[in-house]
Amino acid sequence: MSQNGNRPLIAVEDLVVRYPVARGLGGMLARRPQRFVHAVEGISFSVKRGELLALVGESGCGKTTTAQAVLRLVEPVSGRIEFDGGDITTLQSRALRPLRRRMQLIYQDPYESLDPRLSVRAAVEEPLQIHGLGGSKTERLERVREALSVVELNPPELFLERYPHELSGGQRQRVAIAASVVLGPDLLVADEPVSMLDVSVRAGILNLLDRLREDGLGILMITHDLSTAARFADRIAVMYLGRIVEEGPARSVVGNPQHPYTKALLSVVPRRDPRERSKREILSGEAPDAVRIPSGCRFHPRCPIAIADCKRIDPALERVGDGADHAAACIRL
Amino acid sequence: MSLLTAEDLNVWFDLDGGRELHAVQGVGFSLEPGERLGLVGESGCGKTTTVLGLLGLLPPSASISGRVLLNGVDIVAGGEETMRPHRWVDLAIVFQGAMNALNPVKTVGSQIVEVLELHERARGRDARARTGELLESVGIPANRAERFPHEFSGGMRQRAAIAMALACSPSILIADEPTTALDVMVQAQILELLDSLCRDFGLALLLVTHDLPVVAELCDRAAVMYAGEIVEHGPMDALYHEPRHPYTRLLFAATPDLHGEGVPASIPGTPPRLDQPLVGCPFHTRCDRAFARCTEERPVLKELGDDRSAACHLNDVVAEVV
Repeated sequence: MSQNGNRPLIAVEDLVVRYPVARGLGGMLARRPQRFVHAVEGISFSVKRGELLALVGESGCGKTTTAQAVLRLVEPVSGRIEFDGGDITTLQSRALRPLRRRMQLIYQDPYESLDPRLSVRAAVEEPLQIHGLGGSKTERLERVREALSVVELNPPELFLERYPHELSGGQRQRVAIAASVVLGPDLLVADEPVSMLDVSVRAGILNLLDRLREDGLGILMITHDLSTAARFADRIAVMYLGRIVEEGPARSVVGNPQHPYTKALLSVVPRRDPRERSKREILSGEAPDAVRIPSGCRFHPRCPIAIADCKRIDPALERVGDGADHAAACIRL
Repeated sequence: MSLLTAEDLNVWFDLDGGRELHAVQGVGFSLEPGERLGLVGESGCGKTTTVLGLLGLLPPSASISGRVLLNGVDIVAGGEETMRPHRWVDLAIVFQGAMNALNPVKTVGSQIVEVLELHERARGRDARARTGELLESVGIPANRAERFPHEFSGGMRQRAAIAMALACSPSILIADEPTTALDVMVQAQILELLDSLCRDFGLALLLVTHDLPVVAELCDRAAVMYAGEIVEHGPMDALYHEPRHPYTRLLFAATPDLHGEGVPASIPGTPPRLDQPLVGCPFHTRCDRAFARCTEERPVLKELGDDRSAACHLNDVVAEVV
């Protein structure tokens, strides 16, 4: 692992990702203009080593597309993605291969992501074989054991020869994480890593990610759950229709939200304590689809404080509120 | 007399090799008119099986015992014959995946009309007018009745499913994970809708979910289920502030809170298998307060005063806090 002080591990600048909308034969013959899903429309952020950034937002806001673009699983239209100081935006697959080991993805559903025919040992060993790592068979087994103990499947001997169907959901997700950390990655991208798990085991997985972060991994976590982001992220970026509308330290974004969308989202999060029942500020309707983006500020049709200018001006992320590193995109601030 | 009372409900599923899985073990609760009760627990705890039992919707491999009293009259005793007149009419249910509850090849409106005609509430033009009213009452413009389910967003489909459940003006609405697949803002809209339906129509609500904060938001009382039984039951406020069963306390502690202090902690271990006889307290292997008696003797749900009950031996140890 290279030590580069405060240089971000991953830095994304002005990322744009669009998917073409199928026109159908009729549309093509009629030469209807090609339309696009504007999944990600110019976002910038960075993740440092030892930092967990949570990308939060409702479905369709572009958070998963962002994660896929960072991992170079979808091609951006424009923008720049830097990994550990090097531009990886246009790297071809051969040049990407050594980087793949260093950027790992944790999926949402541990019931889907593990091959039911592979034992735990085989599942965790496979990535080593694919990347030609780990030396001899005995050395590889040693690394598998280590990875299992990192994810707290202890003692590893108890789990090596088990199959996914013999494991609980939480244990499966730990195996999936072990199959990532066995490669010694620098960056983990976790897409809703606990949303399929029972409440009683979620915290265990999140605490595990937190420990990996303490050990120096950078983590980009995609989640729709603001409570989880509030408790486990260092920083939170709130996305709406392909844009980051607010970004900052988790404590200030949750404790002192600035953007009207963030405020509304936070106001409707149910709380554990019935005495803290929220004063809900419910936005009507649902986010418009990402094919027809509203003019000006894309949030203006649902915004409680929109003025005439909001239909015209597309606001940029600007420094706000309590800290130098807290920003929001709203002309009313 | 309560509106709905479940007494000593038990449900068994037949497994291969003559084995049985005891999915619901002596569950009992009651619901008053207009009351909102949460039935909370993790997957496999028996909460959905309990409501399917209440409605007589269990699969053929299941057998049920116990009583379900609707206004004092047992509706499960006579099987389908005693249940049918009440299902949808007095007790209606909204399931998690609203897409699955709606027929994809029929318009939303025609499906509600069908329910109205089937139960002889209205026919023809009257039924269509009533359908419009029902849709409006859940916040869907009446002219959307001619749309198909796939033309609706997830939140709209869940609203349509609620409208359909309300077709026969039931006194009890059972909602099984009604907001689980929805985004937080849409979830808030649905919770608000359920809240206003209870307020405006005096509907009693049985909310089944794994999500404690959703129950805290909407319900007056909750029953916490673990391994097929209710382990604690009481006012929501008391469950959070003074739990009398360690599982309740640990479940709250495992739930992240927006402004909560400290880091949520998971509950180690896994629930017991329900296809084998249980010895002692079903939670003792995961409990941080278990003592000798817990491994030997199964605690029963005991009244603790203040409208609360819990199944934990610690409550017999005077002046000790769970």
